[in-house]
Amino acid sequence: MVTERVARVQRVLEQVMDPELPFLTVTELGMIRGCSELEDGTIEILLTPTYSGCPATDAIQEDIEAALSPMETRFKIRVVHAPTWTTDWISDAAREKMRQNGIAPPEGSSADKAFLLGKAQEVPCPRCNGKDTKLVSPFGSTACKAHYQCNACAEPFDHFKCF
Amino acid sequence: MAKLGHEWILRLGDDALVLAQRLSEWCSHGPALEEDIALSNIALDLLGQARALLTLAGEREGQGRDEDALAYFRTDREFSNALLVEVPNGHFGDTIVRQMLFDQFALLRYEALAGQSAEPEVAAIAAKAVKEVRYHAAHSAQWVVRLGDGTDESHNKVQESLNVLWPYTQELFEDDAVSQACAAAGVLPLNASYHARWKEQVLAILEEATLNCPETSALLTGGREGKHTEHLSYLLAEMQVLQRTYPGAKW
Ligand SMILES: [Zn+2]
Repeated sequence: MVTERVARVQRVLEQVMDPELPFLTVTELGMIRGCSELEDGTIEILLTPTYSGCPATDAIQEDIEAALSPMETRFKIRVVHAPTWTTDWISDAAREKMRQNGIAPPEGSSADKAFLLGKAQEVPCPRCNGKDTKLVSPFGSTACKAHYQCNACAEPFDHFKCF
Repeated sequence: MAKLGHEWILRLGDDALVLAQRLSEWCSHGPALEEDIALSNIALDLLGQARALLTLAGEREGQGRDEDALAYFRTDREFSNALLVEVPNGHFGDTIVRQMLFDQFALLRYEALAGQSAEPEVAAIAAKAVKEVRYHAAHSAQWVVRLGDGTDESHNKVQESLNVLWPYTQELFEDDAVSQACAAAGVLPLNASYHARWKEQVLAILEEATLNCPETSALLTGGREGKHTEHLSYLLAEMQVLQRTYPGAKW
């Protein structure tokens, strides 16, 4: 049941930004997996990490704690691993924001694992929208991104990996 | 329902932790910026897997040890990683061959664990790890092919890497009382059950890389029971020094 207290916490969570993608909220990225009131009145927030080793997970917990502290509501954050986070949970609006910020969003769903099967994946350039781009390295500036370059406009850019 | 003993989860965690520490030694020493970043990112993924696995192993053990207690306050004899992951980095080709041999194994092991409905906590960690290790495996396989099927010099160097590392691979597929008990309880397959599939995949990569599979009966083993090479002691000395000197230090 979404009580008034839960709804208030959810509204605050919708304002917590991802430290590595500071134009997206942790809610838009699909990292908040639940928010409910326990029997003793504590609000429990379920958080799932994007990648196992994502160093931002600790920072995000601290940011959530800082954002909720003025509310004087008893809460706890529980990190959950199942079901496994997937880029499929990133909303279309969030994908558009990535594009506007020079990051090529994950294309399609994690079901078509073109790259994982060794096939080149089409990743349009976020600057000129050209489709002639090349993979520079499957490991980019953070664990969740690959490094691409546009053959048309020469822009080097990050691609949020399909995961 | 039977639960995996903490020893088995610790083995998974120790494999990931020790290899993460090894790979992180490449940070700022990579042969090219992209590879420096790649090896560091792979180290980070492995460290994340290790943290989740060591935390779970500590909970199952029930002695109040958390991930830090297990990582920083055990001696070499208490580590249960396979010897392969503690082998020093050597040159880039040595590191990449070691990584390919391990990635192909780790992928099969995590895929098997990800499907274990009897072990939802391990399955959840494994399901995430599968996605990460697929990227690692694609990367290491591509590099083995590129170096093996490259110049004469690169070919000869990685063939030598393979000859040196091959005797360490048999240990990955050994079973003992711990893994046999888990298999008997139906929570995971025997390590030996991955061997044929692993060899098939590795041979396919080696063929494309024009490398020869070493013919050797040499067998290096003992890691699972805490009998390590001296290399692990040096690795742990560096990894543990701060917490050993200032126990509980935080920053
Ligand atoms: Zn472009």
